[in-house]
Amino acid sequence: MNPIIEALNLSFRYSGEERWAIKSINLKIYPGEFVLITGPSGCGKTTLCRCFNGLIPHFYEGELKGILTVDGLNIAENKTCKLAQRVGMVFQNPENQLIMLSVEDEIAFGLENLNLPRDIIRERVDEVLSILGIEHLRHKFPYELSGGEQQKVAIAACLAMRPKILVLDEPTAHLDPLSSKVLFDTLSSIRKRLNLTIILVEHRLDMVASITDKVIVMDKGQIILQGRPREVFTNPIIKAIGIGVPKLILLYEDLLLNNLKLDFPPLNIDEAELLLRKLLSR
Amino acid sequence: MIIKLNYPVIVFEDVWFSYSDLEPILRGVNLRINEGEVIAILGENGAGKTTLIKHLNGLLKPTHGNVYIYGENTKNTSVAKLSKKVGIVFQNPDHQLFAETVEDEVSFALRNFNYPEHIISLRVEKILKMLDLWEYRKVSPFSLSGGERKRVAIASILSYDPSIIVMDEPTIGQDYAQKQKLSEIIRLLHIQGKTIIVVTHDIEFVCENFPKTIILSQGKVLAYDLTRNILTNFELLLKARLLPPQIPYLASRFDSIVSKNVLYVWEMRDELLRAIRR
Repeated sequence: MNPIIEALNLSFRYSGEERWAIKSINLKIYPGEFVLITGPSGCGKTTLCRCFNGLIPHFYEGELKGILTVDGLNIAENKTCKLAQRVGMVFQNPENQLIMLSVEDEIAFGLENLNLPRDIIRERVDEVLSILGIEHLRHKFPYELSGGEQQKVAIAACLAMRPKILVLDEPTAHLDPLSSKVLFDTLSSIRKRLNLTIILVEHRLDMVASITDKVIVMDKGQIILQGRPREVFTNPIIKAIGIGVPKLILLYEDLLLNNLKLDFPPLNIDEAELLLRKLLSR
Repeated sequence: MIIKLNYPVIVFEDVWFSYSDLEPILRGVNLRINEGEVIAILGENGAGKTTLIKHLNGLLKPTHGNVYIYGENTKNTSVAKLSKKVGIVFQNPDHQLFAETVEDEVSFALRNFNYPEHIISLRVEKILKMLDLWEYRKVSPFSLSGGERKRVAIASILSYDPSIIVMDEPTIGQDYAQKQKLSEIIRLLHIQGKTIIVVTHDIEFVCENFPKTIILSQGKVLAYDLTRNILTNFELLLKARLLPPQIPYLASRFDSIVSKNVLYVWEMRDELLRAIRR
């Protein structure tokens, strides 16, 4: 299978700045993968995300080196409007993204810009409302919704464009824990249903550890670690650069120091329970 | 040595609040918080957390009931006067920042309170260094990242040394290392005898830093207890749309061998070791 996103020595610095915001990034993301990008503030996560739909270099000016191909298109040679149909972006604060007077209009907005016929627009709006389970919000005013609902509307508006890739930059920063969990569960189920590639930027690893296929850790503009979550979370480098490892991984390591080895590092409560029961019955 | 006063410095007496004739946001809140306590306020989106803390410096006055700060009814005093005692760091730093440089921002309150310039510069230096902002002292707060702006907002409150410090969602946009830094600052303020109230969704952060927790739900105090008791009471957490932290959640699956109120990784490890070696 060919990667849907491929970066070859990708570097970028914003105009007027000396420092490279991202440096020599090499990565391959395959269709249908759920990828988590994490790292300390200022590590270049947001800059990298801005490259995926061509906001860099077309909106944010600066110097771009290397090559980034997204669904076969070189971002340097293709405008954001073309890339945006393939890559949907959801930001930290949904309020900054919602502009229309009803949820329905909000979702239809991007489609109207594509000059699609009315019945197709109506069909797609219905479809995404149902995928995200927010049919009841159809006629509501986006500003009267809770943060979690707003974030779902923002995602619905993206999905209506039928992107192949969905990029979410800390989408749950303003949500309460239960709303965050619901959102992550929703992402996990829609990606299978729509064969969507999902790229998620997140600091709180405990909530997403078990739904990701690949974790990319960045520091100072570079990728310093990438791999499966179990490998990445147990790599000592991750603690050295100050990333909050999920408590279950800490427990796994703590037990290991006491000569108790679980079969593998658990990523969620069910796994941890199973492994501990096995250990206790030995 | 800090002498802790054994009387409540914050008292809410059957506080109701609504904006004009809309649905009430606070519905009969009763609270007594003693000097020097470090308390987290948890609750779902829209529970009334931000509305509650706006009552602490008189920005909002109860529609019904009373709020007393150091014994003084907020209805009979001004925001300016209360603000000397109660410093609030709001959720969105952009609502609070306005000066041209980080340095000016952080000295603003001190100048207002007529401190001499040499004291101002000493205080500002100390606070900026403590919050890793010293290198940005000459730049505009608006050129900084969200997490950095948030720290500037915290610095501008800490600089004038209020006795009650309130922060609304200070961990949003902060990475793990900065959260650790924030924990350190909270511990330091605690040692100085400050009363600290922090509104947050970050349950692991609460677990590590706050001895007591208030759960607010639909405008009411659902619980006010030791954090350990609250975070191990899942029924209560679910009511407030919160999720149990990983360790207590895991511990609950082993309730026959692990004691009920396990909160930390090391406690879980010890309980498991005991069970295995038995």
